[in-house]
Amino acid sequence: MLGLLVRRLAFTIPMLVVVSFCVFSLIVLVPGDPAVSLAGENPDPEQIAAVRERLGLNDPFLLQFWHWFTGVLRGDLGQSLFSSQSVAGAVFARLPATLSLALLSLTVALVLGVAVGVLAAMRPGTWVDRVATFAASLGVAVPYFWVGMILVLLFAINLTIFPAVGYTPLHENPLQWFLHLFLPATALGLAPAAVIARQTRAGMTGVLREDYVRTATAKGLPPARVVGKHALKNAAIPVVTAFGLEASRLIGGTVVIEQLFALPGLGSLAYTSVFARDFPMVQGVLLVVAALVLLINLLVDLSYGYFNPRIRQS
Amino acid sequence: MNTAGTTPGTGPLLEIEDLRVTFGSPGPRGRGRVVRAVDGVSLQVGRGRTVGLVGESGSGKSTLGRAALRLVPVRSGRVSLDGRDLTALRGRALRQARRDMQMVFQDPYSSLDPSAVIGDSIAEPLREHEGLSRRDAERRVKELLDVVGLPAGHAGRYPSEFSGGQRQRVAIARAVALNPSLVVCDEAVSALDVSTQNQVINLLEDLRARFELSYLFIAHDLAVVRHIAHEVAVMYLGHVVETGPTDRVYDSPAHPYTQALLSAIPASHPRRAGTGTRMLLSGDLPDPADPPPGCAFATRCPYAMDVCREAPPATTPVDGGGEVACHLQTSGPTLAGRTLDAAGVRAERDGSPDVVPAAVRDAP
Repeated sequence: MLGLLVRRLAFTIPMLVVVSFCVFSLIVLVPGDPAVSLAGENPDPEQIAAVRERLGLNDPFLLQFWHWFTGVLRGDLGQSLFSSQSVAGAVFARLPATLSLALLSLTVALVLGVAVGVLAAMRPGTWVDRVATFAASLGVAVPYFWVGMILVLLFAINLTIFPAVGYTPLHENPLQWFLHLFLPATALGLAPAAVIARQTRAGMTGVLREDYVRTATAKGLPPARVVGKHALKNAAIPVVTAFGLEASRLIGGTVVIEQLFALPGLGSLAYTSVFARDFPMVQGVLLVVAALVLLINLLVDLSYGYFNPRIRQS
Repeated sequence: MNTAGTTPGTGPLLEIEDLRVTFGSPGPRGRGRVVRAVDGVSLQVGRGRTVGLVGESGSGKSTLGRAALRLVPVRSGRVSLDGRDLTALRGRALRQARRDMQMVFQDPYSSLDPSAVIGDSIAEPLREHEGLSRRDAERRVKELLDVVGLPAGHAGRYPSEFSGGQRQRVAIARAVALNPSLVVCDEAVSALDVSTQNQVINLLEDLRARFELSYLFIAHDLAVVRHIAHEVAVMYLGHVVETGPTDRVYDSPAHPYTQALLSAIPASHPRRAGTGTRMLLSGDLPDPADPPPGCAFATRCPYAMDVCREAPPATTPVDGGGEVACHLQTSGPTLAGRTLDAAGVRAERDGSPDVVPAAVRDAP
């Protein structure tokens, strides 16, 4: 297991370097010059040139990257172009809301998806299975921002069970934290839940026919142990693979959901920074998000080793 | 036949009476397929005895084995183990009853959970049923591995690290862990090569003597069954067509299907090939969802009479022990309880060009 961890880490670190290079290169590709917007109204070319010089935009591209990258290594993500805020400070102030949203959505996705998938697989061809399969198709097809709006309409405006917008940090009030995040997390988690349910159902219908599941029944184990320990663990690999892919997509989805539910997260920071052409801020957010995605993939890879002993050895 | 109400410790260990297992459902308009995998089977396994269950693929022998252990739903009939009616048990009571009956499957590559070390697979029933502590269970696992001839240190390995024969030993260790009285071996040696087969069969024989086990030994390899079984039951299309002591069934089969099956055993030496009578069957196994109206074997039987296509045959005793379900025994001109050979009924010789038995044709 330790060997697997070392191998995967050795792969993840160069990935991070490549990703940070791509993130930085985006400046060149994105139209618009930050110097123009920074130089004030009706700037003359000299003012713009001065701003460019001050920001180091006249340096060769690779040199600019080097300055930025060495800063990143020191934990300095740069300075916002428009405020005196440091990028690192702004990003880490926004991180808890996004992490809370992402973790809660992923929990919804995993619990709901696996439960529905297992139930459907245990009774193939019955109405349980058909309802589950239909719900899963629907879940994949329906856009999450629309689900979010419907949820707000139903549970926040008509029934007033949950607040429609806003955020309370976990350490201030756990209940309020949960109540504020419940609707956005459900909206964001339903589509991945549907994908996971389909994978779980497919994997479990195969595994439940295996002799070792029959063996487990023949041993006289309770059905929950047969399904939970012997079947689910062996059906888990496609499920965690789907989970990893969906997790990466879900982090992208936070941008829209945070707008919809007015959550002070990374997504809304990215949104405002992009429109303001605050490039250091955009870079900082993208870098942290990319690191999160890589971390999720690392965890998924490590979980393969837990679920399949043969991967551990190879 | 000794029936219900047997007290524990006397009578046969496993008693199957008129067992039916069906798959599929007739559907709302009766257009669905209902496969009668096991269709009215009665069978007994005595204490410490090995009963071989033979028949071609699709005859329902595996389903019968699984139904005997309540691993597939039983449609009707009774299965009793040591006088206790298993078909009446549900939930916890059934799980408790599983201690006494275990199964060894055909494919040692799929019958062990690939994500668990074998020690845990063997220990799990011990911890579940006997409440052994982790340490006690570990000690028992080591003893069991020793019994089946594997190094005790292998308990921490995964199934993928073992060969087929070794895995089957692990599966056997797991099966005997709870000291069951009955073990159903479903093609337990079919997936192994011949030398490994011998080792595993010898192991099974040792264990039977040591733990007073009874086996229901399901196999399509008739030579293996002759070696290990005291009695044999022959299945065809969900029915048991003949039972009896192994030697009697092999030396003088009373049912034409048994005769055909035995004549398909390959000769053990090329010089002996061609000396026996090969009985050739035409056609394939009928659709078990739509069985013939009379005797199930009538469509392929070289001796079939009119009555065979109309009424199912009754079971009659055979000289030399056992029973047979064949009209030749009751309505036939010459048999009247005698075996086919004794009655002088001879099968066709080799060489009929148009009749090749499925068993021979499908052989590689």
